[in-house]
Amino acid sequence: MAAVKQVLLTPLFENNPITLQILGVCSALAVTTQLSVTLVMCIALTLVTAFSNFFISMICHHMPTSIRIIVQMTIIASLVITVDQFLQAFAYEISKDLSVFVGLIITNCIVMGRAEAFAMKNPPVISFLDGIGNGLGYSLVLISVACIRELFGSGTLLGFEILPLIENGGWYQRNGLMLLSPSAFFIIGFLVWALRSVKTEQVEAREYRLAPQSKEEGSF
Amino acid sequence: MEQLLSLFIKAVFIENMALQMFLGMCTFLAVSKKVETAIGLGVAVVVVQVITVPVNNIIFNQLLRDGALDWLGMPGLSLQFLGYLCYIGVIAAMVQILEMFLDKFVPALYNALGVYLPLITVNCAILGATLFMVERDYSFSESVAFGLGSGFGWALAIVALAGIREKLKYSDIPEGLRGLGITFITVGLMSLGFMSLSGVSL
Repeated sequence: MAAVKQVLLTPLFENNPITLQILGVCSALAVTTQLSVTLVMCIALTLVTAFSNFFISMICHHMPTSIRIIVQMTIIASLVITVDQFLQAFAYEISKDLSVFVGLIITNCIVMGRAEAFAMKNPPVISFLDGIGNGLGYSLVLISVACIRELFGSGTLLGFEILPLIENGGWYQRNGLMLLSPSAFFIIGFLVWALRSVKTEQVEAREYRLAPQSKEEGSF
Repeated sequence: MEQLLSLFIKAVFIENMALQMFLGMCTFLAVSKKVETAIGLGVAVVVVQVITVPVNNIIFNQLLRDGALDWLGMPGLSLQFLGYLCYIGVIAAMVQILEMFLDKFVPALYNALGVYLPLITVNCAILGATLFMVERDYSFSESVAFGLGSGFGWALAIVALAGIREKLKYSDIPEGLRGLGITFITVGLMSLGFMSLSGVSL
């Protein structure tokens, strides 16, 4: 039970796929202008990661290592096709908004990264949970970014007006920058900063250090 | 010709793969510490892009799209749902072939690119360009121009970022921001810079 809890919860803060492992950043930036689109993307990615981990770990002992990437790709691509067809059939508007980003789940590094790093070495059920856990870690970052962007960019959340806009007789002037691409980079940058200020063990080592002012080292 | 040129310029500057479309971010952030490796990876991306986008264009137009298989006596058959599987297969195969070709004939370049070639398979800029090509329904010549432009734009962005990061490592950055955090903010500023080009009308 402890192992299950660990696999599910560590990707949320301690080993978050986006802020620490630098995996799956592309879609984190691109689909976060509207919360509803983001939620669909998070569900899709979590399911794909979980099932790809599950299937890959089921057959990992039977595949020759030289062609494993292709085999993994095929499994992932088939799962993504399923998701894409499902979205086109039942949520056509949202699938239009997501445009190419559903397809790009195939090359989302979280899916491949977890398949390589976890599913190849662990039994199916725990791999499935690892996929769910990492999907949740990804969703956590995405949903917080999307909340900030939609709230300040258009004053709404999930389409409901939270901050009354000036156009509608309220007081909030929408911040257009939030809907443009640079803001996504800034928000994730600051999120990383905030997270690492709390979890200081995630701070990266410094490559260069300022030399002391005096030439004799250690004289201070 | 003029139309192709403007498509190329648009793909390089206005719809820059990395800075405006956010594609290929993982490698973009992870492999941009040194200018030399960034140039190597950039060249590799351009080469793969120029090959895969047109090849996928042929596959899409001749085999997958609605009514493409009429010549086989199967009108009304659409294999579009197989798209993703085909495109990623083509990309993986192309990267593999390119790797073997370089290993045999251009060992110097192979050694320089070495580690980065396999990484390109999972670079979303490559698959992204193909998917944009399908979504926007480019013709064959347009797909060549778009492939070249999107690859070049991505290469330009990663080399520029690597140049900035090489200088940035000497600076005194707040602890939590060091590494990934400041890189994101730098990329955000670069993206703001590229946005100023979006007013250019072609």
